[in-house]
Amino acid sequence: MSEHASSSHLNAPGGHGPRPVDGPHASDAARAKLAATWSDPPGFIGALSAINHKTIARRFIVTTFVFFVLGGLLALVMRTQLARPELRLIGPNLYNELFTTHGTTMMFLFAVPVMQAVAAYLVPLMVGARSIAFPRMNAYAYWIFLFGGLLLFASLAVNSAPAAGWFSYVPLSGPDYSPGKGSDIWAQMITFTELSGLLEAIVLITTIFKMRAPGMSLNRMPLFVWATLVTQFMVIFAMPSVMLCSTALILDRLVGTHFYNPAKGGDVLLWQHLFWFFGHPEVYLIFIPPLGFISSIIPTFARRPVFGYPAMVLALIATAFLAFGLWVHHMFATNLPELGKSFFTAASLMIAIPSAIQIFCWIGTLWTGRLNLRTPLLFVLAFFFILVMGGMTGIMVASVPLDLQVHDTYFVVAHLHYVLLGGAVFPLFGAFFYWFPKFAGRMLSERLGRWQFWLFFVGFNVTFFPMHLLGLHGMPRRVWTYPRGLGWENMNFAATIGAWTIALSVLLFIINVVVTLWRGEAAPADPWGAGTLEWSVASPPPPHNFDAIPVVHGRDPMWEPSAQPRFVSGLAADAREVLVTSVLDAKPDHRSWFPSPSIWPFISAVATTVLFIASIYTPWAVVWGSVPVAVAMIGWFWPKRSSNAFAVAREQRP
Amino acid sequence: MQSALSPAGIQASRVLDLWHVTLTVCCIVFAGVLLACMIALLRAPRSNPATPADLGNNERLERGINRSVIAGTVISALLLVGLLVADVITDRALSRLPVDNALHIEVTGFQWWWQARYAPENGGDGFAVANELHVPVGRPVVVSLVAADVIHTFWVPNLHGKKDMIPGQQSSIAFRADRAGVYRGQCAEFCGYEHALMAFSVVADTPSQYAAWAARQRQAAAAPADNIAMHGRDVFLNADCARCHTVRGTPANGTLGPDLTHLASRQTIAAGTFVNNAHNLSAWISNPPALKPGVMMPATRFAPGDLQALVVWLGTLK
Repeated sequence: MSEHASSSHLNAPGGHGPRPVDGPHASDAARAKLAATWSDPPGFIGALSAINHKTIARRFIVTTFVFFVLGGLLALVMRTQLARPELRLIGPNLYNELFTTHGTTMMFLFAVPVMQAVAAYLVPLMVGARSIAFPRMNAYAYWIFLFGGLLLFASLAVNSAPAAGWFSYVPLSGPDYSPGKGSDIWAQMITFTELSGLLEAIVLITTIFKMRAPGMSLNRMPLFVWATLVTQFMVIFAMPSVMLCSTALILDRLVGTHFYNPAKGGDVLLWQHLFWFFGHPEVYLIFIPPLGFISSIIPTFARRPVFGYPAMVLALIATAFLAFGLWVHHMFATNLPELGKSFFTAASLMIAIPSAIQIFCWIGTLWTGRLNLRTPLLFVLAFFFILVMGGMTGIMVASVPLDLQVHDTYFVVAHLHYVLLGGAVFPLFGAFFYWFPKFAGRMLSERLGRWQFWLFFVGFNVTFFPMHLLGLHGMPRRVWTYPRGLGWENMNFAATIGAWTIALSVLLFIINVVVTLWRGEAAPADPWGAGTLEWSVASPPPPHNFDAIPVVHGRDPMWEPSAQPRFVSGLAADAREVLVTSVLDAKPDHRSWFPSPSIWPFISAVATTVLFIASIYTPWAVVWGSVPVAVAMIGWFWPKRSSNAFAVAREQRP
Repeated sequence: MQSALSPAGIQASRVLDLWHVTLTVCCIVFAGVLLACMIALLRAPRSNPATPADLGNNERLERGINRSVIAGTVISALLLVGLLVADVITDRALSRLPVDNALHIEVTGFQWWWQARYAPENGGDGFAVANELHVPVGRPVVVSLVAADVIHTFWVPNLHGKKDMIPGQQSSIAFRADRAGVYRGQCAEFCGYEHALMAFSVVADTPSQYAAWAARQRQAAAAPADNIAMHGRDVFLNADCARCHTVRGTPANGTLGPDLTHLASRQTIAAGTFVNNAHNLSAWISNPPALKPGVMMPATRFAPGDLQALVVWLGTLK
């Protein structure tokens, strides 16, 4: 219906004269109007009112990366403390705060949100949309996330950080054994980040389901979009579990409930079930989006579509389902029934199969491709080494008898870093190198990129490989020091050297980004010769993403011979009008008006932050703190007469 | 000695056998995946961003890769089923250790030390020790696990895997030491401030040595033999020590800290942290938080003569 041949008919609202509309043949004035319509307002207030998905996502990515660097610095202090036995650089109190903050930061403030942040930038571009769905909610989610993260680091700065581990097991984190505000801050930081995560999930799912360009049926979606879709559904099912258990914890601590107090009929293991029912899927929240990065990078640098698209999609979905059936493998040392544990062993082994299918398909793609060995591909190739090794140790910790020996030792520290760095951070750096030209309009230095890659790869293995042996030789995790004479000295020293090497490699990345932004080579629209839609627009993209919404005829629109029609036209250039399409086939369905930039999401986030933080100090804050939140939300949703009149004027009969 | 790789008992050696099987399978698979990657990298021609993408596979099925991917998947699934069978077999063997005639010990985890209560047997009374268990070689041991405050995990890697001590829950672990020796154990679940320094040891004695040790532990503390020791005992009873510690045979019957009736028979103090000698003991008593930050035992200021007498008396508690 919206082929541009018919567009002039669609957009001739009677009595108002011709309005500027978009399309492949739109005038320069119409394009300029389009860019102005979708721009964020200038100035300081404008910056706080910004809702363009690229602006918000850029801030989100930078914020998560800052948390990554901070979390890494904490790890560096810990590794330095452990370089030699019986060192006393830092004492147990600070060490416990550091490893708690390190784990919490990396899981809640970096790994999960960075994947949502990258998706919030790329998904609208990949599916051919002008905006992300619910752009104000997207901005609100970012501010909430930022304030939650600042809360955690502010508590570390004033030395009242949580010190009961990122998993915060009760009763250690409960009222009797964690006096002070640390655990309350931890639990409330969870509330912030989970709220943000759930909102992002809704934003991304809606964008993917309803805002794809016409013709991009589900079976033509890029695999990164599939990975994002699957991940966000997992977020919706997993995160309520941790919000529930952290809320029960804060109630136990602040208002004297007894959810986790066995003396009053509570249950200590309840925490572990609820936490790991979230905690294990969380690993896959971190791991599945990078599978999408890899499925974007490999085809581009092998010059062919990925082998086995349907198998790849089904493997992602299977991984998501199985991920919810593994949580008990974190609890093999508890007194749960043995038969039940065997079930979770079987499920944990089974989840290796969909991952194996994807790895085999990628190897097949590389095998039959023509390879362009650039930095993004190097980071992906490291995945095959590191993640596969992490998968092998995963098979070991899935076994009840083996886990009884290695559980809570450095073996598991090695395993989880092989999985999370190999499975997420290496592909993420590959993704940064791959999409940086799109984000910033400049090409990162290839030479610095290779230096960074090799330092990271070698440093990573020097740090974490010896930890496997340390665990087998009996070194438990979460220890601030260890005695001489147990044979752990040399391996710990090696791990510390490796950690400093990783720090150097990340420093090189930061230098690379800064130098590139300052005087890097300008990037063309499509520097890699890739196949997906984000490369069809300028680098960086204009505020409205697409001058004309593309019509999609295949999985790799940039590679396939063009078919007609190529574009949709006729959407307003002077208002935020978007095309909404059907869920399965992406058939044009209706046009929708999107909200304009607003300061209210920021104010609402500030009000919510006051409510959350004050409630740590008095339960009554939940009552009086909700008043400003309600006022801000009413301001946010208050309809304007002018925008109503504008929308009514544009209503037309079909 | 604290390692899962040198088992001294049947349970740990069963786990180690499973480890060898799993490690072998995993190494073969890992090598296979890397080899396939390397071959793909070496054989594929090179390209640049201008190379036209090969879309031919959109129309035809690539039979070669298709077959390889299916074969790889089937082989992976079969290997995983094989490992699952090996896991279950090991698991059943572990849970079926014959425990007739077992030695029963109840171990309680405290922040940050271990109490062990030996059950009465063969007409002998039960008795309590701390941070050092003795077990007879060749006889199964059933340890009931109790948590006094937060979750701790009982773990002696040379003898068996670990088991959590969870407040409000009952659990136990059964193992058998088959080789005499001293095996170090350590709390494996993060339990707060001094989780790192919450160790203990299991001494596997020959049955006759064990019987002698147990007989000695059952006895109350011997009366002080000389004036210095007598003075030391008075210092102990008049200071705050007795509020937390028990020394059987004296009025001291506190239960918050370790039972010290036979302190001098132990090799270490402060939950496996320091060698048990007069120097360490006197430094420890004067200021425990300086040696083990966060420890519950407070510093006590004694006159030098009193401290020396106290250490002498404690040294007689063999």
